[in-house]
Amino acid sequence: MSLTKEQWVALEKKASYLRHKTAEVCVWAKGAHIGGAYSSADVLTALYYNVMNFNKDNYLDEDRDRLIISKGHAGVITAPILADLGIVDESLLPTYNQTGSPFGVHLDKRKVPGLEASTGSLGHGLSIGLGLAMAARLNKKDYFTYVLLGDGECNEGSIWEAAMAATQFKATNLITIVDRNQCMIDGRTEDVMGLEPFADKWRAFGFKVVEVDGHNIDEIITALNEAKANKTDKPVVIILNTFKGEGVGFMRDNYKWHYGTLDQDQLAEAFRDLDAYEAARIARAEKEGK
Amino acid sequence: MKDFAIVSNEARSTTEAFGKALTELADVHQDVCALSADLAGSVKVTIMQKKYPERVFDVGIAEQNMMSMAAGLALGGMVPFAATFSVFASLRDLDQLHTDVCYQNANVKILGSHGGTSFSQAGSTHHALEDIAALRGMANLTIICPADYIETQLATKAAYETYGPIYIRINRGTDYDVYNTYEYGFEIGKAVRMTEGTDFTVIACGSTVHQALLAAESLKAKGISLRVVNMHTIKPIDKDEILKAMRETKGIITAEDHNVIGALGSAVAEVIAENGGVKHFKRLGVPDEFSIIGARKDILAHYEIDAAGIEKNVLELLGK
Repeated sequence: MSLTKEQWVALEKKASYLRHKTAEVCVWAKGAHIGGAYSSADVLTALYYNVMNFNKDNYLDEDRDRLIISKGHAGVITAPILADLGIVDESLLPTYNQTGSPFGVHLDKRKVPGLEASTGSLGHGLSIGLGLAMAARLNKKDYFTYVLLGDGECNEGSIWEAAMAATQFKATNLITIVDRNQCMIDGRTEDVMGLEPFADKWRAFGFKVVEVDGHNIDEIITALNEAKANKTDKPVVIILNTFKGEGVGFMRDNYKWHYGTLDQDQLAEAFRDLDAYEAARIARAEKEGK
Repeated sequence: MKDFAIVSNEARSTTEAFGKALTELADVHQDVCALSADLAGSVKVTIMQKKYPERVFDVGIAEQNMMSMAAGLALGGMVPFAATFSVFASLRDLDQLHTDVCYQNANVKILGSHGGTSFSQAGSTHHALEDIAALRGMANLTIICPADYIETQLATKAAYETYGPIYIRINRGTDYDVYNTYEYGFEIGKAVRMTEGTDFTVIACGSTVHQALLAAESLKAKGISLRVVNMHTIKPIDKDEILKAMRETKGIITAEDHNVIGALGSAVAEVIAENGGVKHFKRLGVPDEFSIIGARKDILAHYEIDAAGIEKNVLELLGK
C-alpha cells in the first residue's frame, strides 16, 4: 500500500477525468487511438500525478524525471495530461488533428511542451530512454527515465536490442513499463504475433520482472516505487496487465478499438460507462485504502 | 592550384583522423560521448575508449539501438558521435535516424566510415553507394564528405561546434592528402575551390577530390585549365559556387564514389536545372548498379572516377 485513501481516491478521480477528456478529444479529433489510451490511463495518472518529479514549474529542468511514451499513439491522452498539468494550452485541445494544430495523432515534441520525445514509429522508445538514462549517469544526475511500451510494439527487434543493452549497461535508472493489453491493430497479440511467455522473455534478457494489475493505481504505484528502490544491478520491467478500452463497455478488450471515432450517442454511452466505472473504482479505493 | 592544395603521394587513415579528433574533443568537452556497433576498432572510436571508457557505448551489432540511444543521449544533454560503416549507419537504422535524430533535431553526429566502394573487396553488402541518397531528403540533416585526413578532423570538430544532426562520410583505409594546412578556412556548407580553372569545372567530394586534382595537372599539360571544386558539404549545397562554375567555365562534371542517383551529382544538377542549365554537364559515379568487387583503384577506374576517367570525360565534353 503506497497511498493514503485520500490520495488514492484523488488519483482515481484524475484517471477518470483523463478518460472523459480523452473521449472528448477523440470527438474533436474525429478519431483517435482511444483503446490504447484507456489501457494506459492508470499508469499515466500514477506517473504524472504521483511518482514522477515532473510538473509545470520544472518540466525543463535537467533534474526532472523523464517519461518516454514509446507507444506514440497514446498522444490523445498525453496532450490532455500536459494541458491539465498547465504545461500546454488547454484551449488548443479542440483543434486536435486540425490543420495547423500543435496536436496530431502522434505528438511532435518540438510543438508540444513537456513532451520528451516524438514517437510513433514503434520500437524506438526503450533505446531513447536508455540514452537518457546513460546521459543521467554521465552527468551525475539522479533522475529516473520511464519508458512506456505497448505490448504489440515488442514485436520490433529494436526493443530487444535495447533490452540487451539495458542489461549490459546495468541501467537501473531506467524503468521499463509495458502496457500488456493483449491487442494490436490486426487482432489479439497472441493471434497476430505471439509474445508469450512474455515475462520470461524479459527475464531471459536480464530484467527483473514485476507483473501488476494495470488498472489498480495503488498496485502500479507500489511497483514503480519498488522499481526506483531497486538495489540489484538488473533493470526493472513492470508488465501491466490491462485491457484495451478499459472503462467503456463497448471498447473493453476489443482490438477493433485500437483506433476509433465516436459519434454523439457513443460519446454519451462512453460517459455513462465512465461515470459508473469511476464510482466503482472510488468505492474500491475507499474500501481497500487506508 | 591554391596555396593550401596539394597533390600528395602521402595517404593517411581518415578513420584515425576522426578517432583522434573525437578524442581531442572529449579532452576538452565533458559532453562528448561516442557509440559504435561492434566496429569501435574499425572506426577508431577505440582511441577515445581507451582514455574515456565510461563515455563510449559499444552496443554490439545493433545499429537501431545505437541510433536511438544516441538520440536519447542528445536529449539528455550529451553530444554523441555514433560511428559505424556508412552502409550500416545510413540503412540499418534509417528509421531511427529519420525519427529520433532528424525529426527531433537531436544533436547527434553520425560518422560513416568505409564509404562508397572503399571497402573494395568486401562487396556490395559493405559498399555504401546509397547512403547519401537515402539521407539527403532528411530535413534538419547536414551531410559532409571530407576529402582527406585534415578535412576529416576539421569536419569532426566543426560538427561538434554546430548544433543539429550531422552525417560525416569517410572511407576505409587511407586517402591522399589534398591540403597542406589546417588553415584553409573550412566551413560547413562552403565549398573549397582547389584550383582556379577557367575552361571546365569538376565538382568532387571525398576521395575523388584527389583524383580530380591529378586530372587537373594532366589537363594543364594539354593546355586545359580545370577548376576543381571540393564540395565537402553535400547538404546544404554551396549554390553560389555552382553558379560561378556555370558562369565562368564551359561545363561541369561531378565525380563521386556513390550511385549517380541522389547524392552530389543530383544535388549539383538540381541547382543547375533551377538556374538556366549548362551546355555540358555529366555525373560520374556508379551508374545505378551494385558495384563490382575488386581492388579500390580498379573500381575507381572502372567507374571513371579516377584521374584518367575524369580527364577522359572532360575532354569528351569539351569536344577534344
